[in-house]
Parts: sequence; C-alpha cells; structure tokens
Amino acid sequence: MIKVRHLTKTYVRDKALDDVSFTVNDGEILGLLGPNGAGKSTTMNIITGYLSCDSGSVEIQGTDMLEEPTKAKKKIGYLPEVPPLYSDMTVQKYLEFMFSLKKVRLPMKEHINTVCEKTNITSVREKLISSLSKGYRQRVGLAQALLGDPPVLILDEPTVGLDPEQIIEIRRLIRELGKDHSVILSSHLLSEVQAVSDKIVIINKGRIVAEETTSTMTQSGKATNRLFVEAECRKNTMLTLLKNIDGVTGVKYLSETERGCHEFVIDSSRDVRRLVFKAIARTDFSILKMQPAERSLEDTYLGIISGSAAPADEKAPDNKPDDKGSEQTASEETSAEEVKEAENDDSDI
Amino acid sequence: MTAIFKREFASYFASPVGYAVLAAFAFFNGIFMYVQCLFIGTSSLSNVFTSMFSTVLFIIPLITMRSFAEDRRNRTDQALLTSPVSIPSIVLAKYLSAAAMLLVCLSAYVIDGLVLSFISKPDWSVIIGNIFGILLSGSAFIAMGIFISSLTQSVIVAALVTFVVNVLITLIDTIATTTSNEAVNMIVNVLSFQEKYAQFALGVVSFSDVLFFISITFIFLFFTDRVIERRRWA
Repeated sequence: MIKVRHLTKTYVRDKALDDVSFTVNDGEILGLLGPNGAGKSTTMNIITGYLSCDSGSVEIQGTDMLEEPTKAKKKIGYLPEVPPLYSDMTVQKYLEFMFSLKKVRLPMKEHINTVCEKTNITSVREKLISSLSKGYRQRVGLAQALLGDPPVLILDEPTVGLDPEQIIEIRRLIRELGKDHSVILSSHLLSEVQAVSDKIVIINKGRIVAEETTSTMTQSGKATNRLFVEAECRKNTMLTLLKNIDGVTGVKYLSETERGCHEFVIDSSRDVRRLVFKAIARTDFSILKMQPAERSLEDTYLGIISGSAAPADEKAPDNKPDDKGSEQTASEETSAEEVKEAENDDSDI
Repeated sequence: MTAIFKREFASYFASPVGYAVLAAFAFFNGIFMYVQCLFIGTSSLSNVFTSMFSTVLFIIPLITMRSFAEDRRNRTDQALLTSPVSIPSIVLAKYLSAAAMLLVCLSAYVIDGLVLSFISKPDWSVIIGNIFGILLSGSAFIAMGIFISSLTQSVIVAALVTFVVNVLITLIDTIATTTSNEAVNMIVNVLSFQEKYAQFALGVVSFSDVLFFISITFIFLFFTDRVIERRRWA
C-alpha cells in the first residue's frame, strides 16, 4: 500500500506540487495522468526518495520514506522516465549489479532468469546495453525495477519507445503485476492509463484535479444526450422537424455529407432516439445514420485539465474532419426565427 | 556499497580511460626512472617520486571526472539514490574505487623497486613511504575531484576544473617564493600539498601531514555528500 499525504514541492519559485494526496491499495494499479510538466515525475521521484518534499509524507507498506528511507526504498521497484542504465555494461552484468545494489535476498541466478523471461529480454542478456534499441532498453529498465520482487512498483511512462506489440505485452505484464503489487503508472497517454489502471488520478499544474476509478470516469463521460443524425432530407425542414421533437434542446447543422444528404447534431434533455426515428419516419426523408455521441475519457480529461467539463466532439466519430462546409455551418444553432424562415424557404422548392 | 565500488572500479576498464591512465602513468614513470635514476647511476628513487607528483596531478582528473557527472548526465544517479544505500555510502564507494585505481597506477613504483633490486639495493622504506604518501595526497586530490564532478553534468568540465584546481594548489608553493611576508608564507606552508608530499618522497612520514591529507579528503567527501543531498531539496 502506498499512502501519499499532502505533498508539496517548490522548485525555486514554482510550485511543482501543491497538497497532493492519494492512496494505492495492494493489488491496485493507479494511473497518474497529466500533461507534460504537470508534476507526475516529481510526485514519483518524491515517492521513491529521489527528491525530497517541502511538506507531506509518503508511506510505503507502513514505512515512512522520510523517517526510514533505506527500509522504504527496499520495498520499491522504480522505472524512471529515462531508464537508469549503464551503457558500458552487459544486460546480465547490469542486472547483477542492480540485484546487489538493492540488497535482494533471493537466489540471484534464478531470480534474474525469471525477471528476464517476464520482460522478454533473455535473448539480449549478453549484449552491451549501449547496443540495445530503445524498446529493449525500456524493458531492461523494467526488469531492474522488478528485481527483488518489491511490493510497490513505480513506473514512469513504461511503454515509451516500445512498438505496438511490445506495448500490449508490457501492459499485460503490468496488469498481471498489479494483481499482487501496488503499482503507480504515469502517462500522458489516456489510452494507456485507461487500458491498465484501476484508478486514475489526474494531476495538473501540481494539483490533483480528479481522482476516480477508470470505469467511473469513463461512465461519467458517457452521461450525455447528444445524437448525430445523417439523413437524406431537406436541410431546413429537417432542422424544424428535429427542433420540434419533445425533449430536444438544440439542433446544429453539421454538413452536407453527399448530395441531398445532411448531418445534424441533436442535444436533448433525455434519450430522444426513438422520437427522432418516428418523426423522420413520418416524412419522406431517410435516415442514413443515427449515432449517440459518447464522450471519451479524452474529452473528460481535457475538460478537467482546462478547468471545466468539455463538450462532446461536434463531429460524429467517423466524420471526415475536413468536410467542406462543416466549419462554416457547424455552429449554426437554430432559433425560432430561423425555423420560420426555413419553413418559408422549403415551401418555395 | 560494495556493489557500487565493484561497478565503479570495473567501469575504468570498460572504457579506454582506465588503460589510458595506466599507460600515461607507466610511461612517465619509465621516463623519470631512466633519466633520474638509471641514467645518472643512483639507487635513490626520491627524485623520480618528486617528479611523478605532477603526473599524479594530471591523471587524477581523468580518474574522478566521471564519478558523479556521468551519473547525472545518464540519469543513473536515480538508480543509486533510490536504492537502499545511503548517500555517504555512495560517495565513499566512488571515492574508494578512484583510490583503488590510483593504487593500481602506483604499483609501477613496486616495479621500479624490483628493477633496481637487480642492479643495486633499493631503499624499500622510501618506496613504501612514497606509495603511502602519494596515496594520501592523491586521496585528497581525488576527494576534490569527486566534489567537482558532483557539481556538473559534464565530464569534460569536471576534468578541466579539477586539473586547474590541482595546478593552482601546486602553484601555492611558488607564491611563497615571490613574497617575504611571513603571514603569507605561513599560510602557504600550511596549505602546501607539495611541501608535505616532499617529506614522504624522502621517506619521512609525519603525523601532522597524514592528518592534513585525511582532513582534506574527509572535508571534500562531506561537501560532495552535501551537494547531492542539497540537490534532493532543490
């Protein structure tokens, strides 16, 4: 278990961390998320004892990092942002060195073998670290963090530099490790944190701005009533039709997707999918697509970081971003007057 | 601490630096041995040892330049400082590995003695006294070099500054020759490395000189510890 309480850290004049507190239970993976320079690495460096803090405390499995640093450090496996590798050593020699440095009391040969297999670096054990690719270096860095089987793992951007296959592999490994370790994983990639973590802490400008379980955060993102509708129709009549549906609070015209086909986005106070379908079915228009907008974790994240809940994407997920005309008309909100004008226009056709 | 010592010592021979240092030391030792001993036909190695002092000043920056500067540049200091090893132990391990490297260089003096023993009777007390003396003065220079290395991320800067500082320290003695001011002369005598080392070269081991070098070593290792600790709080 990791208990971080009221961490504050100032670099010269800048406050890098301001009253940061969170807890990671055993068998839990916490994703530390935030933009570059938010304070993720500083938090991790304080937790691992590399940096000190102005105030606050860090407790690792019941041991206070400030009071008993040597004892606390034995319980941590740390992969910093840049893996701390000695390029003049072979992987094997390096792992042996780290094994001794960490004062691990396990059979060295067998333990290093196990760690190498877990991180899939057995084939490069006799190679000089300087000759390894970035992906392998990252994995050697992860291997040294696993040495001694520490109950707490702190991983700062663990999949940086890995190819997609390796990323999947390392994420699987982290998830596996998370079953019986307390893991803190930092990333500026939402997908990564979403894929691996049980809990997400969003940090921005040194402050925690959100702390929720991954599922809650994703669910809260879905709590929106926004619908994308593409139909073969007359634009203005359709706008009127949609606007008059019970529960609809706003309709925006997005673009003409193909000749005679238009796309709209409907905001409503409740689920209006059935009403929209029935209303359009009563006309001679044809629905080509109807899709509820889901606010992704990314929207939620960006909303939190910018200090307010972000609106859902104004484009349907599969909409072409460069659709001609969409920029011009995307913000056309219908008003009562416009609806009236539309009715007149359509009657002329 | 043992792990760091072993790694640091092995790292000298994982790059050309260790071999270059050994070669430079052996080369100059060979030249001075020939010119100041074999050529003039004396069995006294005192002059050789005095001349070799400047070589020691030259090789120590090469031995100490990487100790902390390279760790900071490569971020390997994160591995050391987040391991269950205290900062004083890390500093001590790096100091001992540098001192061990110097000791390996000084083994050339034993070879000098052995060579002389074939043609004459070398004064082993002078040889042992010298190795002891140069280790002591060298250890003070090493501590200063490690301290300087802890202040920068650049290995080259660490080497250059250490070299300049070493030269300045030896120049202190020349200040004494340019002034008749007693107070200045007294301060120079207290601070002079060369003066104290010259006693060892003659085979004279003085307790105060030993204490002086040990104190300088301790002070600069302590400063190094403080620099690293302070950086954690910066």
